[in-house]
Amino acid sequence: MVTPDDIKGWITEKLPCDHIELDGDGQHFQAVIVSPAFSGKNMIQQHRLVYDALGTRMHAQIHALSMKTYAPEEWAAR
Amino acid sequence: MTPLDRIRDQVTNNTVVLYMKGTPQFPQCGFSSRAAQVLQACGVKDFLAVSVLADPEIFENLKYYANWPTFPQLYVKGELIGGSDIMIEMYQKGEIQKLLEEAQAA
Repeated sequence: MVTPDDIKGWITEKLPCDHIELDGDGQHFQAVIVSPAFSGKNMIQQHRLVYDALGTRMHAQIHALSMKTYAPEEWAAR
Repeated sequence: MTPLDRIRDQVTNNTVVLYMKGTPQFPQCGFSSRAAQVLQACGVKDFLAVSVLADPEIFENLKYYANWPTFPQLYVKGELIGGSDIMIEMYQKGEIQKLLEEAQAA
């Protein structure tokens, strides 16, 4: 079964993250991700970067991933 | 027509299209349910809801259309707006209301 730590590892392997929180029950996961790669991008582009980092695992192993993404400056201004 | 052509047809011939699991009345996934609720909260009555569970071809191929791996997916004027997280966040910021209003007025 996929754990939140697995997903955290897969994301951070491909995407530099200043901060990442992952929670979930093996089926549904929730993430908060802060990455400098998100700067200047809209939400759809930010989510796409996370999906790209997860690649085929998104189809095969993860049923549902809900996420909030922030560039570092968005995170600081929250 | 290939499945991708069918999707292109749907999103270009309808201003607002929601691909979801189940229907707005009987959603079969919490994320799809919330996505349909956002559209309803925005007063969008006239949208095409496609249940991917009722259409295996679209279920299999939608992820390739806009390179987006999850359901639900909202399209406005042929463009992918996002999944339920993005819809909810845009709703909280008042952005999706404006987008939908402008799209329907046009």
